[in-house]
Amino acid sequence: MTEKSITIREALSSALREEMQRDERVFIMGEEVGVWGGTYAVTRGFLDEFGARRVRDTPISEMVIAGSAVGAAMAGLRPIAEIMTINFAFVAMDAIINHMAKVHYMFNGQFTCPVVIRTTTGGGKQLGATHSHAPEVIFAHFPGLYVAVPGTAYDAKGMLKAAIRDDNPVLFVEHSTMLQRRSAVPVDDADFVLPVGKSDIKRPGKDVTIVTYQKGLEWSGQAADLLAQEGIEAEIIDLRWLRPLDLEPVFESVRKTNRVVVVEESLPHFNVGAEVAAQVMDQAFDYLDAPVKRVSAMDVPLPYASNIEMMALPDAQKVVKAVKEVL
Amino acid sequence: MAAPGKETLLEWYRTMVLIRRFEERCAELYQQGKIGGFLHLYIGQEATGVGIVSALRKNDHVITAYRDHGIALAVGMDPKHVMAEMLGKRTGTSGGKGGSMHLADRSRNFWGGYGIVGGHLPLAAGIALKARYLEQDEVVVCMMGDGATNIGYFHESLNLSAIWDLPVVWLVENNGYGMGTAVDRASGQPEIVKRAIGYGIKEGPRIDGMDTLAVHDAVSEAIAHASKHGPILMESLTYRFEGHSMGDPERYRTKDEVARYTEGDPIGRLRGYIIDQYKGAAKNLEAIEQEVVKTIAEAVEFAEDSPVPTYDDLVSHVYA
Repeated sequence: MTEKSITIREALSSALREEMQRDERVFIMGEEVGVWGGTYAVTRGFLDEFGARRVRDTPISEMVIAGSAVGAAMAGLRPIAEIMTINFAFVAMDAIINHMAKVHYMFNGQFTCPVVIRTTTGGGKQLGATHSHAPEVIFAHFPGLYVAVPGTAYDAKGMLKAAIRDDNPVLFVEHSTMLQRRSAVPVDDADFVLPVGKSDIKRPGKDVTIVTYQKGLEWSGQAADLLAQEGIEAEIIDLRWLRPLDLEPVFESVRKTNRVVVVEESLPHFNVGAEVAAQVMDQAFDYLDAPVKRVSAMDVPLPYASNIEMMALPDAQKVVKAVKEVL
Repeated sequence: MAAPGKETLLEWYRTMVLIRRFEERCAELYQQGKIGGFLHLYIGQEATGVGIVSALRKNDHVITAYRDHGIALAVGMDPKHVMAEMLGKRTGTSGGKGGSMHLADRSRNFWGGYGIVGGHLPLAAGIALKARYLEQDEVVVCMMGDGATNIGYFHESLNLSAIWDLPVVWLVENNGYGMGTAVDRASGQPEIVKRAIGYGIKEGPRIDGMDTLAVHDAVSEAIAHASKHGPILMESLTYRFEGHSMGDPERYRTKDEVARYTEGDPIGRLRGYIIDQYKGAAKNLEAIEQEVVKTIAEAVEFAEDSPVPTYDDLVSHVYA
């Protein structure tokens, strides 16, 4: 198998292209996906390659983008609906939660809903309070929907292909500041597909378990480097999916490290860390030598001014501090 | 348009009486506590539902909101299994997991009843997109109440159907009230079909929704239009004889108003028409009426005797 270093953006593009080539029923719809080429340039060239039937520009209408994807999927197509940023998914909340996530259940399995909603998340770009959320955890609250949060090019490719091939609806969340990140990705295997709902140990260690995903991988990786200089070995577990949530590797790691820190960009109330802490207590309480610690954004809307925006977000130093508190 | 023959008329009549008796029985079962949740009866609107369904071609589709029992029966779903759904039984059409508002039959291209006002409009657009995408001559009739025309879904869905040229008949069942709010208190343009102009789609007719033949003819024409030329917005002017849902105190309308409409009962009108057209048809109609009573009794018996859902049912079909 040949591997090549590519960016997350390239990984996403190649996953989309391969799946559209594989299955005629797969098509893309959303704001600026066609003529513009995608606001993050993921679908650049797709309109020429696949035509306007399969690369469909929509008006700025998130309710009908999400809702018509549901109908098309129920009727047998496999839509990839792009919501430009996850902030706009709030507008489509009813279509996503009340319809996309539920039509399979409430009609007792008569319909399936193989929709992928691709969207971008994350703050840190001075976009102000309404454009800087990392709220993917909200969507993971609801049964019926999967939530993917890839943090590397390798994962982005294998997980997007998995999402497209799965018969369940998937909210596929990409981090807007990580699209240029590179990693080695198989390039000559059209069936390179990662499993749905599997977390991944990104860095082995024995002293503390850091549970994180996406942007948190970067803060945690930097923190782990700093901690290593002091002889502290952090194990970093990348959740990759917030639903299905695979915490088995976390429980196993806790039995070894006896300490857990959860790192994420979302807000502190009812966040990923809260769920992980509860489940670790339930499954591995006797192995804990310290309370589970959470590192997240501060409990404020994100401001415009860069210095206070960065103050509100996690960083490597905050992770280091949290780790030292549990050691 | 060719007038329907006697057999067709009798079949429509049978379906309308079936809906009426079914709904009356549902009201009783609700009062006995055997049906829970919300219950939205279709009584008074039967001509609209039966007129629409009778106009569908073989591969056309229909989708509606939560007042869906009439459509379920009109498309031919078995009253036994529909009633079992009402009673929350595992033999119900959605295994007891959907309830009154969520009836559907994929095999009959009935895409379901939906509980969020307007929430199914984009689904209709998506089903129609499938037809366009695969170049199939199929039309989606998307029924909605007048209340659904004021939620954002209406705007976004009609606009998308215009720019993507989707084969949808947007059919407003205008029964005069969105819950208790009269159309002219809720809509700047109470003549709802006029909104079609704003979306650049065909402004369809406002038809007498209490006249089964008129509904059938107008919807047939609308389907032909949608198939060839894309979306159309039309209204069926109807009236619900009962409250919005069970327990509606009906403070928003007078008894006189309700009485005026019940005098024009769509079932009575069709009955009168059939007797006018066909001498001696009265005995056919009476036979149908008796047969329906029996069908409903059997449906209730089947539903009452059916088992309730199990733990396995509770946790199945969360994911495919």
